[in-house]
Amino acid sequence: MKLDSAARYRSSHEFARKEGNLYVVGISDHAQAALGDIVYVELPEVGKTFAQGDAFGVIESVKAASDLYMPMGGKVAAVNEGLGGDPALVNRDCYGEGWLVKIEAASAAEFNGLMDAATYEKEADKE
Amino acid sequence: MNLMPEKLIYELSAPGRIGASLPDNDVPATPVPANLSRDSLKLPEVDELSVIRHFTRLSQKNFSIDSHFYPLGSCTMKYNPKVNEQLAGLRGWRDAHPLIGDEFSQGALELIYRLQESLCAIGGFAASSLQPAAGAHGELSGVFVVRAWHVSRGDAKRTKMLIPDSAHGTNPATCTMAGYTTLPVPSDAEGGVDMAALKAALGGAQREEIAGIMITNPNTLGLFDRNIEEIARLVHEAGGLVYGDGANMNAVTGIFKPGNSGIDVMHFNLHKTFSTPHGGGGPGAGFVGVRKDLADFLPGPIAVKKGSGYALAMPSKSIGRVKSFYGNFGVLVRAFAYVRMLGATGLRRLAENAVLNANYLKVKVEKSYKVKYPRRCMHEFVAMGDIAPGIHTLDIAKRLIDYGFHPPTIYFPLIVPEAIMIEPTETEDKETLDAFAEVLAKIADEARTNPDLLHNAPTTTPVGRLDEVAAARSPVLCFKG
Amino acid sequence: MPFIANSDADRKAMLAAVGVSSIEELFTDIPSAKRFPKLALPEGISELEVTREIEAMAANNLNASSCAWFLGAGAYNHFIPAAVGAISSRGEFLTAYTPYQPEVSQGTLQAIFEYQSMAAELLGMEVVNASHYDGATALAEAVLMAWNHGGSRKKVFLPTALHPEYRDVIRTYFAAFDVQFVEYAGEPSSAAVDETTSCVVCAYPDFEGRVRDLKAGAEKAHAAGALFIVHADPIMCAILKSPGELGADIVTAEGQALGNAMNFGGPWLGMMGATAKLMRKMPGRIVGQAQDHEGRRGFVLTLTAREQHIRREKAVSNICSNQGLVMLQACVYMALMGKNGMRQVAELCWNKAHYAASEIAKLPGFKVPVLDKAAAGAFFKEFVVTTPIPAAAIVDKLSRASVVPGLALSKYDPKRTHELLVCVTEMNTKAQIDLLATSLKEAAK
Repeated sequence: MKLDSAARYRSSHEFARKEGNLYVVGISDHAQAALGDIVYVELPEVGKTFAQGDAFGVIESVKAASDLYMPMGGKVAAVNEGLGGDPALVNRDCYGEGWLVKIEAASAAEFNGLMDAATYEKEADKE
Repeated sequence: MNLMPEKLIYELSAPGRIGASLPDNDVPATPVPANLSRDSLKLPEVDELSVIRHFTRLSQKNFSIDSHFYPLGSCTMKYNPKVNEQLAGLRGWRDAHPLIGDEFSQGALELIYRLQESLCAIGGFAASSLQPAAGAHGELSGVFVVRAWHVSRGDAKRTKMLIPDSAHGTNPATCTMAGYTTLPVPSDAEGGVDMAALKAALGGAQREEIAGIMITNPNTLGLFDRNIEEIARLVHEAGGLVYGDGANMNAVTGIFKPGNSGIDVMHFNLHKTFSTPHGGGGPGAGFVGVRKDLADFLPGPIAVKKGSGYALAMPSKSIGRVKSFYGNFGVLVRAFAYVRMLGATGLRRLAENAVLNANYLKVKVEKSYKVKYPRRCMHEFVAMGDIAPGIHTLDIAKRLIDYGFHPPTIYFPLIVPEAIMIEPTETEDKETLDAFAEVLAKIADEARTNPDLLHNAPTTTPVGRLDEVAAARSPVLCFKG
Repeated sequence: MPFIANSDADRKAMLAAVGVSSIEELFTDIPSAKRFPKLALPEGISELEVTREIEAMAANNLNASSCAWFLGAGAYNHFIPAAVGAISSRGEFLTAYTPYQPEVSQGTLQAIFEYQSMAAELLGMEVVNASHYDGATALAEAVLMAWNHGGSRKKVFLPTALHPEYRDVIRTYFAAFDVQFVEYAGEPSSAAVDETTSCVVCAYPDFEGRVRDLKAGAEKAHAAGALFIVHADPIMCAILKSPGELGADIVTAEGQALGNAMNFGGPWLGMMGATAKLMRKMPGRIVGQAQDHEGRRGFVLTLTAREQHIRREKAVSNICSNQGLVMLQACVYMALMGKNGMRQVAELCWNKAHYAASEIAKLPGFKVPVLDKAAAGAFFKEFVVTTPIPAAAIVDKLSRASVVPGLALSKYDPKRTHELLVCVTEMNTKAQIDLLATSLKEAAK
């Protein structure tokens, strides 16, 4: 599985990565492969606030639909509008062009509490 | 099979064509106010012959029980007797209005009442309702009954429902609609409910929060859970009720009465065990049966005896109506006729032959496919399709089509990887079962020697595998002319 | 044994192959004390005998084919062309399953797509699903849809003039939820919507046949951020502006009127449509267009991620079936009737109901409020008649003379003793309507 060394991961396969004063949130390569071809992503509205662990959206393939959980709490600053026309971006480039939301994080400490790439890889391999 | 592409009805339309004839208006006309009037109505204009040809040609693109062996596990694709159709089509039924009053509906009420009683007798229940319009609707009704019972006893803490991980997706979805949280219970290595896990789930502080368990028996693996009475006992001791999902009744009519072994509420799918036609996706009908002290909560109205006749009545603490009027009456006529023709002995023979057919087929299929649980099955069994590298259950299913068989149920239950669930039913003869097993063996062979035959299948149908991903990404859900 | 294919000889061979000596041995997993119970049922009878028995029962039912029929109230006596049954009785449609294997189900799938297309046009909505159990459950699920969509908004406005059974079904479906039902009378724009409102429901026409101002209702609901749900008569939508055109977010309808017999209340057809925005929140099966690798057009079940077999406890609904055959009948009906026929049926209903209303209004002691200056309004197919003697007595007397004049409203509301809901469709001739008028006059003497 592909990993992003700058990202930290939640056990439910979302990741966060610092980018300037925001955090980029998406799903891991392991997750996108398990879901299969993504057909639709339901994203929240800009400005909405979530706590760590809150469900903030849904990602659907033909055979599955998974809730998306916030790896960190914060306010949504941007959503990836490109996914509306091309949800396959998540399959092709989950760490880059296939990002889901960008948030103003409430607490940087929550970032450190997430798993690093190596730890996540071991966890995900067990599944 | 009709392999030619068929235009859409809109594409067969031409201005001025008329398909139906109506009498002229014979009363003074009243103009429709302009501000209410609709400007345009873009419906097709097609003559009757073209409509008949169009739908006839479409029908020829379907596999159906009338034309093909259809061993869909858990769906019970048995023969739909033609006499049922004839009897359901009688004018006295078709042109019957539900609000004409009990006195003028004695024929219909008698049928509903006698079917209620017959199905109770089959399941071991004290009372029932035929209001639900489908199995899932029966589940919803049944779980509402469970809820109402707890509420009536002032037990508002019970908000959780235990559901085995092999359960059909409707079970947890039903719970959500009834305001319950689902607690999954794992299955053991034998395919039954994991008793240790069940006991743990019923223990501790959580015990007071359990509303009950939703259990399918025979389960979705086609296996009879030998612990059913113990499971019921444990749940009852914890203060919960036992809901039975009767989708698999075809294995046990005249063999076992769920109501006698601790099932408190249960639904039957009349379009499975009781032979009413599937119609390309419906209409179904659901029976919901209950033990005596739950009768007052049933959805209504139900048919009751009144004097020398029958009447409609609402149970005194009913959960309410779950649909308008009295259920899918037209479907009930078919089920009634079927139960009358089979009778007590016929119902037992039904289950005996369904189970024999399944076990016979299993013994043959086991020669070329791994069957997940090799113990005695009931009316269906689950095989696994990962028989060669790069081959999946989907490929086997599609290749079966090229041999003229509708594929079995695939990828269900979720707890078996690459699942293929096969249910022959009792209405199939031995030759059909032999032919099917032979073809499955042939496909297993092809999987090893010429896998492209599977990957490219089907090639004998009007369309090949469709791009469902593209269809879901950019949905086109109606004709945009 | 009926419908069991194998003979004793077959079974003998099969038992040997399985390795058991008797069929009973196949059931050793069943608790022994509970095995092979006696069923308290008579023995089976032959096809001929069951035919005679059921024909006798059917003859014991008063039905519309033998009367001048003016009873509606949710079940409608409409003309069904012979071609509808000819198609739906074909075994390939009747005995096919849900189209989970699209390559061998293109007949069913294309028929559903065509139904969705025609229904979308009729109701004025962008997306229509492959149907619910009936109009009442479709409406209940539409309200659930709005409820789930509305976040923390708890109020649902229902019209007083909603079919009482529909109201009951909605309440049943919401039993486990913390909802606040508020009733409003008359126009939907009179509903006191505010920021706690999740939706306003309006019936078009309402239970008493009155046509309400949907546009005003929709505007008011939307201004408060609420959804506007309309339950419509599909025949009426052929000549009056569609609910979609007037601003509905979700539309439901009872499709029984489209080529399906009354059948004592079922099986019927719950129609449901929504805006594209709400598409993924809609319960029920939906068929979409697709292509195979050779570019051939085909149809598939789509947006399945919403459904119970994937979402399980997070599914929008537990619904697992659609009214397949009933939907097919509606599809064939709409195809046969087409643009011109649908309009014609609707106009016949409109004209005949208006004629009947005006004739009855002339009768001494009878009033038709919807024609009265003060309470006047537009109506379709049904209207309330206030009667000089209790309506139930009139219904009883006339029904015995094979003229079924309508529904005594006391059936649903014991206080409404002198009101009769009369329904007139294209099935009623002028002679029948005139007979109704004279019969009512006689009955009131």
